[in-house]
Formats: sequence, structure tokens, C-alpha cells
Amino acid sequence: MTILVIAEHDNKVLAPATLNTVAAAAKIGGDIHVLVAGQGAGAVAEAAAKIAGVAKVLVADNAAYAHQLPENVAPLVAALVQEVGGKGYSHILAAATSNGKNILPRVAAALDVDQISEIISVESADTFKRPIYAGNAIATVQSNAAVKVITVRATGFDPVAAEGGSAAVEAVAAAHDAGISSFVGEELAKSDRPELTAARIVVSGGRGMQNGDNFKHLYALADKLGAAVGASRAAVDAGFVPNDMQVGQTGKIVAPQLYIAVGISGAIQHLAGMKDSKVIVAINKDEEAPIFQVADYGLVVDLFEAIPEFTSVV
Amino acid sequence: MKILVAVKRVVDYNVKIRVKADSSGVDLANVKMAMNPFCEIAVEEAVRLKENGIATEIVVVSVGPSTAQEQLRTALALGADRAILVESAEDLTSLAVAKLLKAVVDKEQPQLVILGKQAIDSDNNQTGQMLAALSGYGQGTFASKVEISGDSVAVTREIDGGAQTVSLKLPAIVTTDLRLNEPRYASLPNIMKAKKKPLEVLTADALGVSTASTNTTLKVEAPAARSAGIKVKSVAELVEKLKNEAKVL
Repeated sequence: MTILVIAEHDNKVLAPATLNTVAAAAKIGGDIHVLVAGQGAGAVAEAAAKIAGVAKVLVADNAAYAHQLPENVAPLVAALVQEVGGKGYSHILAAATSNGKNILPRVAAALDVDQISEIISVESADTFKRPIYAGNAIATVQSNAAVKVITVRATGFDPVAAEGGSAAVEAVAAAHDAGISSFVGEELAKSDRPELTAARIVVSGGRGMQNGDNFKHLYALADKLGAAVGASRAAVDAGFVPNDMQVGQTGKIVAPQLYIAVGISGAIQHLAGMKDSKVIVAINKDEEAPIFQVADYGLVVDLFEAIPEFTSVV
Repeated sequence: MKILVAVKRVVDYNVKIRVKADSSGVDLANVKMAMNPFCEIAVEEAVRLKENGIATEIVVVSVGPSTAQEQLRTALALGADRAILVESAEDLTSLAVAKLLKAVVDKEQPQLVILGKQAIDSDNNQTGQMLAALSGYGQGTFASKVEISGDSVAVTREIDGGAQTVSLKLPAIVTTDLRLNEPRYASLPNIMKAKKKPLEVLTADALGVSTASTNTTLKVEAPAARSAGIKVKSVAELVEKLKNEAKVL
């Protein structure tokens, strides 16, 4: 068995989610190859070669792959599977990041197999667990496809060591340019705050924040903790904050180390988006609020007193 | 231009689902169903493109049981012109749905296909990308902005670190993210009018599509329950616990 892991990177730095994906691959067992598709991504390939447990790094360096457009990268991956032919890849894995989710289903369809999205555990080489219904149920799924195409939820696997490996780096002379899509530009968030779904700590506010201006208290706390700021649907619907901050079944699903829910009652719709967090803290003045049923630490207090105090002591 | 919008009938997002005792799946008997929230955003975007004079016709399609006609009628009430139901009693995988939608795309020849980024039941986030692969079209996934000019569409996408804009040749596939728009509600007169709009029913056989799957769901279980937490008395105690007990600060 040989497993192909698609590296997550920005042509300069290998993203940490790749290490979690390699960890999932190691649980499946077999040789692990990492594909770095990009442009001028030599540093990424070097970093990938050092990952513990990686046998080979394939580098497809071409302008067509510069921004990892799925129209160009998916045929590359499909061709790698088909070219290797006899020895073949048994599994193709990518992190369930926006990039992995964008590319991998296109690969699966090109190979005419079903994909398994966001696995959280490996039961055997062909059987995996994944959350459905926003994490309210866990499905065990078996694949009988010749090539199993899988995205990996990073929080489900502890990362492998980034150092210690010495894989061979091999160039792949391929240039698939479908010519139907082009990169126009990107605007990366200017804030120093981490991105919501990738943050180690998330501080979220709900209807109890009373207005958008009061979110400044949460921003201050978040900046002190290096946390991202989220919101409940109630806070979004009330117009306090934009809807891309929404955590919940129809918003973003997060599973940080620490989730601090402030002025959030804990409707099931919200819990669906954050209940896989390692530690949950609830700060709410209503001691009957359902959020306390899932919170590891609950504090029944007025948030307008607690948050500034919290910010000053950490 | 003609726009095709795919919608899915799913459990209403406010419902607390229950796993069946025999672990065969989720209990959907007598549970409130609704249009998938991301599909609502897809319908809204198509209707806005029509209101802005860019779209000329909106065809809404669903793959699912005959009861999915309710969600198609909802889409018609929101502004779609006609509907197609590809009837299927079984639970299909994303690849099977993408193949059925590809057959509908071949038949209808839309310039733009809009889907939600994911359904809140299976949480797969696959169908739009798979449809794009099968039809050979470009894909603008997780769209927060869609601008059509001439024979291309500029799609601003929500990516992990911010936003990215790509330009796709039409025809193309777009999947919606939360930020794209705020869906409207259907008015009563429009709900009445929607009952008279055309709704065509097809089957997988009639489309000549095989819906065989390489995946099998062995069991569905409830997630592990969280162990009961504790109440702390003060912020100082909370910070102390987070630092020394939970070790997350």
C-alpha cells in the first residue's frame, strides 16, 4: 500500500495541517508519499522531506499550480494515480482545509470513486469514522474503492514530528492547465487574530453582548489570548457582527483547545458548531442556560464585569 | 443566461437529531424537514442575478424523495421559474448526485450552476466540486461574491486565511458560503403562485445514470457525551483552573 498525501502550503511554508494528515496516513499503514504542487515551492518540499515517516516527496513545480487551482491540480493527482499503474496509490489524503475540500472531490470524481470527508479516526485501511449532522452523529464508513479518497479533520489526529525524516525529493514533470480558471487576487485577513476554524482558542459572543460595540470587550480578551472571535447565530441575526463569524451548524464548525462562550445560551444549533472543543468555558448570568450542560467550567456572572477582569488577569 | 440551482431536502437545522437504537442511521420519521440553508443562499443568489437582468431563467433541481417537491415549491416561491425533481427513494452519495446533476446539466445547458457548499445532514462538501469535474467546468467554491461579466464569472471565495478571487470561464459551477447573501422569505402570494409553476419529475433510469456507490455506512452512533463540568466562583478561579488543571492557557 502506498498513500499519497497532498501537502497544504502557500508556496513558502508547509501548513501544520499536513502533519496531522500524515499522522492519519501513518495510522492506515504503508509507504507515505507527499505531493507538493505549486510554483517555487522548494522550501515546502524540503520541509515535507523532513516530516517523520514520509518515504518520498513528489514536487510538481509549474506556473499552472501556483495557486493550486483545482481545475489544474485535480488532473495532476488523478494522473499520478493512473501513471503509477501497477504499484498504484491505495489512498489519497488531504487535510480538510478550504484547499483540500476544494481539490479532493474533483479528484474523486475524476477517478469515479466516492470520497470520505473529514475523517476523525482510522478504524482499518478501508474503514473510517466521520461526523455527520454537524457532529451530532458519528458514521463508520467503509470504502471498497480501488483508490480511497479522503479528507482528514486535523483536530482528530495529533501531528507527527516535523523533523527527523529524510525522504527523497523527486520532481514530477507534469503541467496540467485546463485553461478554464485563473487566479485574480487574494486578500488575507489583516488582523493578527487567527482564523476561526484553525484557532487554538476561540472566544464567542451571543445575544448577551447586547450590541455590536460591546464585542470590543471580546476582541480585547481575544487579543490577549491570541484567540479568534466567533459569534452565535443570535448575535449575527441581531446584526452585532457579520455572518462569517457565526459558529454553529450553518456557520463554522470549530474544535479548538479552548472555547469561551460569552452570553451564549447554548442552542443546539450553536452547540453543533463547537461541542468538539477540548475545553469549553461558559460565562453567562443565567445559571439555567443550556450551555452549562456542555461546559467544563461555568461562571455565573455578568459578562460586562467578568470579561474586563478576565482580560486584565491573563 | 440560464441558471440551474440545486437544492436538497434535509432535517431542519433547529432539530435535535436522534440516532436510531440499532445504529443503522438517524431517525428521520416525523422530523421537520426544510431546504438546506446553503441551498437557500444559492436560490437567493440566482434570484438576485435575475433581478439584476443577468439571468433570464432559473431552473431549480433536487435529487431525492417525492417529498422534496415541497422544497422545490419553496424555491419556486422564492423566484425560480421551473423545477425538476430527480426522484430517488434511496440515500445517494455525493458522486451519484453529481452524476444525476450532470445529466440534468447536459439536458438544460445552463451557463451557471449554483449549489450550496455543503448539506447539513451528510456534511460532505463534495457535490459541487464533483459536478464541476464531471462536466469539465471551472469551480468557484465557498463563494462570498459572484460577478458575471461577458463570458466569465469572478468568484470571491472564503479561504482559510481570508478571501481569494478567481475568474472562471462560463459555463461554471459556484457553491455558496454563508457570507454570499441573506436569503429572503417567501411571501404568501408567491407561495400561491408557485403552485402553478411547472415541476417535472424524472428518474435516474430515465437519465441513464448508475447510482452505484463505493462507500458503505456500517453504523451510525451518537457521539461520546461530555463529562459533567464544574461551576467556578470567580474569574480568578477560572483562570487558575484553565492554567493548572486544563492547561489550555
